[in-house]
Amino acid sequence: MAVLTLNVNGQDVAVPAGASLLEATRAAGADVPTLCHLDGLSPVSACRLCLVEVEGSGKLLPACSTAAAEGMVVHTHTPQLREVRRMAVELFFAEGNHVCAVCVANTHCELQDTAVAVGMDHSRFPYQYPQRSVDASHPQFTLDHNRCILCSRCVRVCDEIEGAHVWDIGSRGGQCHIVAGLDEPWGQVQACTSCGKCVEVCPTGALFRNTDTTAEKQPDASLPALLRSARDQRRWHNQ
Amino acid sequence: MPSPVQLRCCEASGCRSAGSQALRTALEDACGAPGPEASRLTIKPVGCLRQCGSGPLVACDRPGGTQLFGGLAPEQAGALIAEALADDGGGNAGPSSAADPLAGHRLDLEGPFFALQRPVVLEGCGQVNPESIDDALAFGSYAQLQRVLQELTPEQVRDEVRLSGLRGRGGAGYPTGLKWDTVALQPPGPRYVVCNADEGDPGAFMDRSVLESDPHRLIEGMAIAAYAVGAERGFVYVRAEYPLAIERLRLALQQARSRHLLGNHIHGTPFNLRLEVRVGAGAYVCGEETALLLSIQGQRGMPQPRPPFPAQSGLWGAPTLINNVETFTAVPAILRQGGDWYAAMGTEHSKGTKVFALSGAVVNTGLVEVPMGTPLRTVVEVIGGGVPDGSPIKAVQTGGPSGGCIPAERLDTPVDYESLLELGSMMGSGGMVVMGSGTSMPEVARHFMGFSVNESCGKCVPCRAGTVQLAQLLDRFVERRATPEDMERLDALCRMVKATSLCGLGQSAPNPVLSTLRWFRHEYEAACREPTLCVSSGGVG
Repeated sequence: MAVLTLNVNGQDVAVPAGASLLEATRAAGADVPTLCHLDGLSPVSACRLCLVEVEGSGKLLPACSTAAAEGMVVHTHTPQLREVRRMAVELFFAEGNHVCAVCVANTHCELQDTAVAVGMDHSRFPYQYPQRSVDASHPQFTLDHNRCILCSRCVRVCDEIEGAHVWDIGSRGGQCHIVAGLDEPWGQVQACTSCGKCVEVCPTGALFRNTDTTAEKQPDASLPALLRSARDQRRWHNQ
Repeated sequence: MPSPVQLRCCEASGCRSAGSQALRTALEDACGAPGPEASRLTIKPVGCLRQCGSGPLVACDRPGGTQLFGGLAPEQAGALIAEALADDGGGNAGPSSAADPLAGHRLDLEGPFFALQRPVVLEGCGQVNPESIDDALAFGSYAQLQRVLQELTPEQVRDEVRLSGLRGRGGAGYPTGLKWDTVALQPPGPRYVVCNADEGDPGAFMDRSVLESDPHRLIEGMAIAAYAVGAERGFVYVRAEYPLAIERLRLALQQARSRHLLGNHIHGTPFNLRLEVRVGAGAYVCGEETALLLSIQGQRGMPQPRPPFPAQSGLWGAPTLINNVETFTAVPAILRQGGDWYAAMGTEHSKGTKVFALSGAVVNTGLVEVPMGTPLRTVVEVIGGGVPDGSPIKAVQTGGPSGGCIPAERLDTPVDYESLLELGSMMGSGGMVVMGSGTSMPEVARHFMGFSVNESCGKCVPCRAGTVQLAQLLDRFVERRATPEDMERLDALCRMVKATSLCGLGQSAPNPVLSTLRWFRHEYEAACREPTLCVSSGGVG
C-alpha cells in the first residue's frame, strides 16, 4: 500500500495514499473540529471549521475535502485558525434559535460540543432570532428548523446511503432551509422510508424522534461509515 | 450615380430602452418619402455603438466619413435623413449653426471617448447586423474557424493563444492558454466547452453587449476553443435577465447550424460541434464556475470545493473548458493577427485589451475597450469625461460586489490584474462605476453587502451568516450609531469571511468594506456615534 508522509503540528505522520488531510490530522491526534463532515458521506466543506493551514498554499484549506500529499506541512491550531473557528461557531449560534436548556440534543449535541472545544462562551454577534417553523407531520420524527445548521448531513445520508433522496436544500442565503420531497410536509413524502438515518446523523436537535424529550436524543453518527464500508466490501449476500 | 449612404441604428438593450426602435421605424418611414434619392440610403440595425448613455445612437456612413448622432427623437428622423442625403457631404460637422435641427445631437467620433479606444473584442459591435449571418460572414466572421480547421493542428491553436498572453476576462485572470492546455491534455474521452455569460456584477454590461451585437464572433471563438481542446459539445450559460441576448444568440446558433458552421463535419473536416444555450434562473452565484456547471446539469447551483478543477472534472465528470464571453470573443482576432500582435498590447503580465462598462457619475456612459495598462484616470476622466457637474471624482468602483473602491489619489494606477489587486480592488468582469463627491462610502459598502446577502447561496457559514452580520454592522455606520467595538468587529469579521468562505463570492464579499475602510476610514470614524472615540481606537487593519 502506498503511503504518504506529512507533518502535522510538528509531528510526522503516515497515511495511506488517497487519504484526506482530515485523516492525517487525526493520525497526528490533532483535534480538528468538524460539523458538516461525517465519515461515510461525501465531503462538502460547508461548515469551514476544519480549515487548516498548509505551508506554501497561501490560503486556508478544508481538511475534509483536501487530499493529503507527500511532504505537506500542516498547522491545525494557529491563532488565526482558533479565531476564525470561534467566529464561525458564533455565527452558527447567532443565525439560528439554539436554546440548549430545552433541546432534545442537550449534552449530545455536536454544535454544543464544538462551542466548548473552540472556547465560545458567548457570541459577539447579535442573535438574529429568525422566524422558523417546526415540521411535525411525520409519524415518528420531527424536524425543528430552529436548530438546523444546514450541515446537509441528512441530505447526503438519504441520497448516498439510503438512496431515497428525500431531503434537499431550498432557497438561498439566510433563507436556506432543509426541504422534504418537493418542499412538502415530511409526513407526505412517499419516498421517505422512515429509516431514521437522517435523525442519527443530525449533529444538533433539528431532527429527532418523537419519543425523545429534552436531553434524551442519543444519536449514532457512525452508521454511514459502517454501511458504506459494508457496501464497498460487499458484505451483503444479495449484492 | 450618387454614392451610397448607410445609417447604422443601435439595436442593443441600452439604446432600445432609450427608444431606438421607434426611431428606426421613423427613419424607415421618412426614408420612404423622398423618392429616388432614398434608394441610395440603407438603414441597418446593428449592435452597440458604445456611447450608451447618449442613446439612441445612429451612425451615418458616407463617403466623406462617419458621423454619430445620439438622443434623437423619432420626430427628428426627417432631419437626419435630409442630413444624410445632403450633397455637400457635411461630414466635417463644423460648428453647428442655430438653424441646425440636429444641433446637440452630434457626437464627436474624433473625441477622446472613441479616439483612445482600441476595439478588438468590440471590433464588430455596431458594425454588423447581429441578426444576419450574411452580414457577419461579410465582416469576416468564421474565417478564422475555417483557417484553423483546415490549416492548424489543435496544438498550434493553443500555442497561438498561449503566445498571446490572454488571461481570463471573467475576473480572476487565469492564463487562457494554460487552461486550454490543461483540458486538452486530460486522458482521452469526451470533453466540453462552456461559455460563462452569467454576467451578474452590478454595473457590468460588456458581455451583454457582445452577445447582443456580435454573437457570431463568440460562436466562432467557442468553436475554435472546442477544436483546440478536443470538445464536441458546448454550452453558453446566459442569465435569464438578458432576454435580447438570448434571443440573438439562439438565432445566431440556428443560422450557424443551417450554414454547417456548427454540427458534423464542419468545413469538411472530422470536427463536430454541438452548441446549446442554457438560461440561468436568477442566481448570481451561478456565475461561479462550479455552481454554473451544476446548474447546467440541472442541479442546484452551489459552489463545490476545488480541486478537482472543471478542467479536470467538470460537466458529467468530463474535462470542461470554461471561459468568459470576452475571452472567447478575443480568440478570432488573436488567430487572425497572431498571438504576438495581441501580446504587444498591454503590460508585462496583462496582455491585450479589456472592455469596461463605464457608468455612474460620468459624462460618457458606455462601453470602453482600452489596452491593458491604460491609467485609470485616462479611462474615467479623459474617455469618461469626468463627473458631469465638473466636480472631482471621489472614487472608482471596479469589480462589482467582489471589488473595491479606488480613491481619486490612486487614479494614475494602470488598469491591470495585479495593480488593481494591490489596491484592494480587482479587475472583476469589467464594471467600472465612477463616484462623485456626494457618495458616502459606508453607504456604498452597505449597498454591495446587501447584494452579497441576497446572492449568497447559503452553503458555507461565513458567507451565509457572516454577510448578514456585516450588513447589520454597516447599518450601524450608515445610521450613525456605531461604536469603536463595531469598528473592530467589522474589521475582524471581514477578514474572517474573506479567509474562510468556500467560493469566490464569499471570499470577495468583504472587499467593498475592506477597500473603503482602507482608503476612506475617516468616513467610518465620522459615522460613529462618538466620532472621537472611534478615531482614537484606530490601529485596526
